[in-house]
Amino acid sequence: MLYIKCPYCGLRAQKEFSYGGDATIKRPNINEEVSSEDWDNFVYMRKSPRGKHIELWQHIAGCRQWIKVQRDTATHEIFQTAKVTEEIR
Amino acid sequence: MSQPFRLNKEGLINRNKKISFTFNGKKLFGYEGDTIASALIANGIHLVGRSFKYHRPRGFFGAGVEEPNAKLQIEFNGHSEPNVNATEMELVEGLSATSQNCWPSVNFDIGAINNFLKMFFPAGFYYKTFMWPKSFWYKIYEPFIRKAAGLGVASIEKDKERYEHKFEYCDLLVTGSGPSGLASAYAAAKNGAKVILAEDKPRFGGTLLTDDVSIDNLSGKDWAEKIISELKSMPNVTVKNRSQVFGYYDHNMLVMFERVSDHLEKKSKFTPRQRLWYIRAKETILSTGSIERPIVFGNNDTPGIFLSAAAKEYMKVYGVLVGKKPLIFTNNDSAYETALEFKKNNVEPIILDTREEHSSELIDEAKSKGIDIRFSHGVIVANGYKKVKSAKIGKLNKDKNSFEKIETVDCDCICVSGFWTPSVHLASQSGNKLKYEEKIDAFIPDKKKQHETSVGAANGSFTLEESLKNGFENGSNLSAKITETKTEIAIPNVNEKKYGAHDKFWCMPLPKNENPKRFVDFQNDVSVSDIEIALREGYRSIEHVKRYTTLGMATDQGRTSNLNGLQLVSNIENKIVPEVGHTTFRPPFTPITIGTIVGREVGMEYMPTRKTPMHEWHEKNNAVFVDAGAWKRPRYYKQGSETLFEASKREAKNVRENVGICDVTTLGKIDIKGPDAAEFLNRVYTNAWMKLPVGKARYGLMLREDGIVMDDGTTTRISENHYHMTTTTAQAANVLSHLEYYLQIVWPELNVNVVSTTEQWAGAAIAGPKSRDMLSKLYPDLDVSNEALPFMGYKEAEFFGVPSRIFRISFSGELAYEINVKSDHGMFMWEKMMEVGKEFGNQPYGTEALSTLRIEMGHVAGPELDGRTIPSDVSLNGLISKKKDFIGKNSLGREAFNVESRQKIVGLIPIDRKSSIPEGSHIVQDQNAKLPNPKLGHVSSSCWSVENNNPFSLAIMKDGKNMIGKKFFAVSPLKNKSIEVEVISSHYVDPEGKRVRS
Repeated sequence: MLYIKCPYCGLRAQKEFSYGGDATIKRPNINEEVSSEDWDNFVYMRKSPRGKHIELWQHIAGCRQWIKVQRDTATHEIFQTAKVTEEIR
Repeated sequence: MSQPFRLNKEGLINRNKKISFTFNGKKLFGYEGDTIASALIANGIHLVGRSFKYHRPRGFFGAGVEEPNAKLQIEFNGHSEPNVNATEMELVEGLSATSQNCWPSVNFDIGAINNFLKMFFPAGFYYKTFMWPKSFWYKIYEPFIRKAAGLGVASIEKDKERYEHKFEYCDLLVTGSGPSGLASAYAAAKNGAKVILAEDKPRFGGTLLTDDVSIDNLSGKDWAEKIISELKSMPNVTVKNRSQVFGYYDHNMLVMFERVSDHLEKKSKFTPRQRLWYIRAKETILSTGSIERPIVFGNNDTPGIFLSAAAKEYMKVYGVLVGKKPLIFTNNDSAYETALEFKKNNVEPIILDTREEHSSELIDEAKSKGIDIRFSHGVIVANGYKKVKSAKIGKLNKDKNSFEKIETVDCDCICVSGFWTPSVHLASQSGNKLKYEEKIDAFIPDKKKQHETSVGAANGSFTLEESLKNGFENGSNLSAKITETKTEIAIPNVNEKKYGAHDKFWCMPLPKNENPKRFVDFQNDVSVSDIEIALREGYRSIEHVKRYTTLGMATDQGRTSNLNGLQLVSNIENKIVPEVGHTTFRPPFTPITIGTIVGREVGMEYMPTRKTPMHEWHEKNNAVFVDAGAWKRPRYYKQGSETLFEASKREAKNVRENVGICDVTTLGKIDIKGPDAAEFLNRVYTNAWMKLPVGKARYGLMLREDGIVMDDGTTTRISENHYHMTTTTAQAANVLSHLEYYLQIVWPELNVNVVSTTEQWAGAAIAGPKSRDMLSKLYPDLDVSNEALPFMGYKEAEFFGVPSRIFRISFSGELAYEINVKSDHGMFMWEKMMEVGKEFGNQPYGTEALSTLRIEMGHVAGPELDGRTIPSDVSLNGLISKKKDFIGKNSLGREAFNVESRQKIVGLIPIDRKSSIPEGSHIVQDQNAKLPNPKLGHVSSSCWSVENNNPFSLAIMKDGKNMIGKKFFAVSPLKNKSIEVEVISSHYVDPEGKRVRS
């Protein structure tokens, strides 16, 4: 079971979180024209990398904030967590 | 009642307390502190089970977790538990043990015929023999194998015991209380670290209890006791026996299985039987020790053959002799300690040492005591079927592959030692890549992967001095990093015997023309020839060999067989062991009970139960409840001997004719506040929200980004920047997360806050033509006319003195209102409604009537919004704004969403107007067509239309709108029904929606 550091609440068990997928995907702006290709990429296309992956988790049984987690998908090592407004690099 | 194999005074058992038990119906006794195994051996009983495949007689082989054979069916305290390790289970009064995998009895087992048919049961026989003919597998082979194989029998009784889960955090977790574990725990405790010390066995000390050593002039056992009592007195230390750490998971999470009370004769009803600990440790010391491995020889599975350390443990811990004419077969010095222990107890052993004549401290001592030592010797084959009677032994030539001399010696037990294998299971589970250590012919942990540090024998150091030093240093250094305190501890003086080098000898050759079974894995009956066959048939990877032969796959996880198996493969393949590699170690290290995994989450505690504030009233008024997620909702209110069908028809009819009330508290409610709330709703919902006035509600539809309908519900503008959103009961949690996602991540610039208020409001719907009359009685001072409170209107008013919200919204299609009051006032509101509603014929209605009402109106709900439908599929395209953007809008233009023949919602009525159509039925053109019969759609919701008095269903059907008026069949193979139906509009009642506006 993962041990995830919520930037608001501190280290908490994985049980308190729910997974939210790739955090690097940006939604096309609302009320702006978007090509079908860009839209399809946004809705459907996800990389499934082996290794470092920046992903979203929500602390549903805690502060309910969505957070960013940089995790190794093969080893589950967590390198960094951040608020969604912060950059992970 | 004498015990022929019990020594007079040796051992740590309590001889003042006799414990009686039965084995295969025979009444026996042992002492407090015995295991089932030690008590049986003391009584001279060795034959306890039959092997898995050949049903060969089997006895005890080890004295703890390494035991591959002695798995018994145990009954005590009203339990019946299969596959219990007799070498671990402590004796309790009244326990009854029986042998498994034998019929009619362990002494005479018909299955043993397999032993004589063994040529038909080679490696992979399952795959070979039972492949053909195909149809035989299901009907003949599989049931036969099921009956013939297997171990014990699982109980079908409900488990009445209590199991618990516990979460714990510590600086240092020490797994194992042998010398290195005690030293680590002690050093860390002295540094002020929060320490948990876990010991699998009932007694602390590990090998200190059985080895002939002294530490600071104390015996190993006394030193262990001293350290343990000091640790127990420290507030920062938790010391646990009967507790096995069996799994090492991600992020230093370890799981421990504590056997709390199986050894107790009496306990309180609140004492759990077993407890599962989830331990998050900052650092972990793996002091799990090592397990002796055997040397492979002919008929090496005969009862009476033991690991040499186990034989020593039976003498020193339990005061039990495993035999009185022992043969010791070894390739190293440690078995000499067993021989000396026998000698001390006036039993004359013969030592067969595969090494050439040489000298060491232990060999010299054995010689000086006059023990018969035969160098370059080994056991070729054990004689005796149900118990060892003698052994054919051989003097090996220099090549160690042929014999100079062969003879037979009498013996009643053989104690075998093929050197030691570190228990690296936990280290491997942590992700540690193991490395092969040539010096000890075994794998030890390599570079750290998580925070695991292996010490002592688990790390391949087999001397006491090294183990203690290792333990003190690591315990001190690891904890000092956490506590930033370092207490100096003097390393104690150690007195132990020096061992000479072991012999790299692991399998006894066979003389020509002899071919007894030589087992590598006892529990799964894998012999040397099975592994040879697997390799001959082309299996190369050790993982494939494992699966083909089942080597190391049993409940003992190959603790005594893995390395011998690897040696065999590497010899045949002409590779070195590290090239062959090892198979994966997986948790749990030993079997644990299902009850422990489940813990308290059974029955009522399986998940939380959510009850509305009116629940008690429903209960008192004969409501039959249905689960809606965690909620309990009244399905119908039973009157007299009514059935569900009758009651729901009555309730629905009453709503259509008079008025009914329904508890709608379970609907999701979300409070939305902020200056950008309107803009946010406008993006979240498919329809327009910017112009909704204060005091008005609107029906809204929410999509996912892929265009599929996510949820629907009404949202009301309470004030300028304040909205009240409702969701379906099922989607409440998802919708909240969805809104939070967009507010926090996608549009953080919107100044809006959302919070769930589902629990804060109690809700009741009042529906039916007489609902306005009833409402006016509930609010005598309020103008509730159609003009003052029109459809989709909203008002706040006092409900008999308590604040309330009135929404004129309808799910039933009738003139209807929904009243919300604070949860605390829910019951008050409900009871008032029942009282005031009497004169209008008001009756409560449940979810079944609710469904009927919405289905015949053609209102979609969960069964239609099933994660596959877009708005136009369910006739909701009127709610799609063309003027603005919203979540999922871009997806609606996808080609597949816009083909003419796409699925659409329709209504179905049976041609006979009588047969109800099962939900889930498939719609087909021809009910007799050859399979697979093309499916044109499916029935999503069914009801008995109270308005038209015949069955009616909603269905999602290909090219639906063009099918109206045509006839099809709704077939349900599940219910074995086929009903001829006619397609009609989905709006069966009041298609213009006049009633809600009346």
